[in-house]
Amino acid sequence: MSAYVAKRLLSVIPVLFGLSIIVFLVMSMIPGDPATAILGAYATPENVERINRDLGLDKPLVQQYFIWIGNVLQGDFGRSFALNRPVLDEVTERFQATLILAGVSLVLCSVVGLVAGVISAVRQFGWADKVITFVVLAGISMPSFWLGLILILLFAVKWRLLPASGMYAIYGGGDFKDLLLHLVLPALTLAVVAAGVIARLTRAAMLEVLRQDFIRTARAKGLSERRVIYRHAFRAALVSVIPIIGIQAGFVLGGAVYIETVFQWPGIGAMLVNAISTRDILLVQGGVLVVAASYVLFNLAADLLQTMLDPRIGS
Amino acid sequence: MKRLFQRAALAVAFALGGFSALAQTPPTVLIVGQIAEPKSLDPHAVTATNDFRILVNLYDGLVRYKDGTLEVEPALAESWTISEDGRTYTFKLRKGVKFHDGSDFNADAVKFNFDRMLKDDHPFHDTGPFPLSFNFSAVEAVNVVDDSTVEFKLNEPFAPFLSNLAYPTGLIVSPTAVEEHGKDFGRHPSGTGPFKFAEWQSNQLVAAERNDEYWDGAPTLEAVVFRPITDANTRVAEMLAGGIDIMVEVPPDNLAAFRSDANLKVVEQAGPHVWFAILNTKEGPFADKRVRQAANFAVNKETLVNDVLQGTATVAAGPIPPAFNWVESSVEPYPHDPERAKKLLDEAGVESPKVTFYVAEGGSGMLNPVTMGAAIQADLQSVGFDVAIETYEWNTFLGRVNEGLEGKADMAEMAWMTNDPDTVPYLTLRTEASPENGGFNSGYYSNPQVDDLLAKARSSTEQAERAELYARVQEIVHEDAPWLFVANWKQNAVTTAAVQGFELQPSFLLHLKNVSK
Repeated sequence: MSAYVAKRLLSVIPVLFGLSIIVFLVMSMIPGDPATAILGAYATPENVERINRDLGLDKPLVQQYFIWIGNVLQGDFGRSFALNRPVLDEVTERFQATLILAGVSLVLCSVVGLVAGVISAVRQFGWADKVITFVVLAGISMPSFWLGLILILLFAVKWRLLPASGMYAIYGGGDFKDLLLHLVLPALTLAVVAAGVIARLTRAAMLEVLRQDFIRTARAKGLSERRVIYRHAFRAALVSVIPIIGIQAGFVLGGAVYIETVFQWPGIGAMLVNAISTRDILLVQGGVLVVAASYVLFNLAADLLQTMLDPRIGS
Repeated sequence: MKRLFQRAALAVAFALGGFSALAQTPPTVLIVGQIAEPKSLDPHAVTATNDFRILVNLYDGLVRYKDGTLEVEPALAESWTISEDGRTYTFKLRKGVKFHDGSDFNADAVKFNFDRMLKDDHPFHDTGPFPLSFNFSAVEAVNVVDDSTVEFKLNEPFAPFLSNLAYPTGLIVSPTAVEEHGKDFGRHPSGTGPFKFAEWQSNQLVAAERNDEYWDGAPTLEAVVFRPITDANTRVAEMLAGGIDIMVEVPPDNLAAFRSDANLKVVEQAGPHVWFAILNTKEGPFADKRVRQAANFAVNKETLVNDVLQGTATVAAGPIPPAFNWVESSVEPYPHDPERAKKLLDEAGVESPKVTFYVAEGGSGMLNPVTMGAAIQADLQSVGFDVAIETYEWNTFLGRVNEGLEGKADMAEMAWMTNDPDTVPYLTLRTEASPENGGFNSGYYSNPQVDDLLAKARSSTEQAERAELYARVQEIVHEDAPWLFVANWKQNAVTTAAVQGFELQPSFLLHLKNVSK
């Protein structure tokens, strides 16, 4: 088992390496450069050249890449052009915020999705199934940034129950309760679509499992329906749902980009959007690497969980 | 059961009470909703108005803009003299002023500031880059005469020098803090301003507290907090929810709602901004002056400013914005006159001229570029132009436009914000300012008379004389129509009714010293 984990972890390295080359290439291919972004309307060729020289961007691309990767291997991720600050400081700070948001919303969408999916399958074509199917479809179809704004308008502006944006209150907050209050709306918004997807797939997986022989056997043995569903069917269905949750983790991390913008959540998604528009190549590199690494780790965790549930895969 | 119910109701009430208290901002702390996170709090390293709004509260310059105007008055310098030839400026500095870090403000500090920006071999030049340092490219040397006297030697007479000093690029930073923090100074700023930097939480807030020792009287507020809220809709929601006290750059669509809310106040102020479309005077239909004038007559700018921009701008008459009220110009905007436009096109002998129009997706000062572009296109089409729009993301757009329109496009949207009437015409309308020479004259406009007037205005140190010269420039450029003149933006802000003493400045800066709530 530990050999398997080690192998999977090692395989992350070439992925990240390749990714860093792609990001470098793509960032250098999109028109515009950091100097133009910094200078705005004042971007004369002369000024652009001066800034590029100061930033070390006048060197050939390949050389720039090797300087960067050389520094990274020594733990130096460089400085953000736009923020005038070490990339590592910015990325670590911002990634914590994203982890909190994405983590909470992943738990939320998994729990809600699984429960809804199971109920839906067990009461197939019943009213509960119909209501859940309707809500789930509505959830999947709703653009999340729109849903986010509507939730802000209702909960923060109209009813004044929850804060509209940010991670902590500006004044007097900063504790755990404050964080939770600020988390409710963005985590909910982010979880809606993923919960819908998980619910649909759980329902399908459960229906599939419920038709199988071992369930009939279990029922024939006289086990209670509750036991049949939760101990036997659900566990079997979970094996095929877990990888989907792993994929949803990627979706949640990706979705954080616009949810963070709408809720002004100080996470890495909002940071990346900004970094790309200012052509802040080193910050983009740092951010993408962290997001990619965590995506791979999420999936690894999902695979491990699946292995534990399904002994056939491990052997 | 009844008891349980009571308890639940109590809990809910308690929770609600607790929550709604969150939305209240504290009485002596002002919370400002900004449009983005600042890049840096080093005034020499940034270019965005968004950052300047914070910086002018942390730092002072040698001079500053007089309240409500774009005229210069003393700040850290108590007085100054200009030599006969206009090349030596001698400043008498205010005595006894200290930076927030406790070090003294003196002539050495002033020299350090400008040398750091301008001299490649200065030990702290690598704490840059300093993108707007060209504002001071005329400065040849900064000399310390004595502890409270400093002298600037210019390589040529340069009239905008004083107003460039009043611009945020001229704010004075603490040399001690730069030496201590090096490249990280932008995160550990220290100036002499009415507020002292306290804290910066990435993408959450920048906080500054009252400087009790401020030389111009301590502010009323205990602290100010600048919150970046990038999404305009969220910013509006935060304002309505009571999470911020002031919001700048209100989207035009929300202004009406804010105006009708008794708990809020809308503040407006015209600024030195001009929104226009560069016309390619070198080739294609716009090489003919009559066609350029036809475009100016064809476009209904009243509709643009009133409907598209919902009254957040006024119609522009020429390259010099009316916010420079010391320039007395009687030039009126081109009226909307499609018949006249058609006649001019006939005279020029062009039939449905094909025009490629570069439109930006967004960008600093560009207001609502996509909708504006479409409206302009429709108006031009209605008099016979055949307009094809090409839309680009802002940075790409700048790259394409700044290298000149030749061979690519006939017109391109653009906007400028400045601090001196010299800047825009000097950079964008002189023959010498062509893209090949590193200028911004992307439409290749050339009129020796204008070149001459601008050169004269630039070297004169008499404001009255400059005023006349710029009025002439306005007149000639209006007639030559190298641009489609569209709008001068009025910046706006919204405050809660409790906020007192808040005013917007024509400079687009945000001075919070006299604000209370």
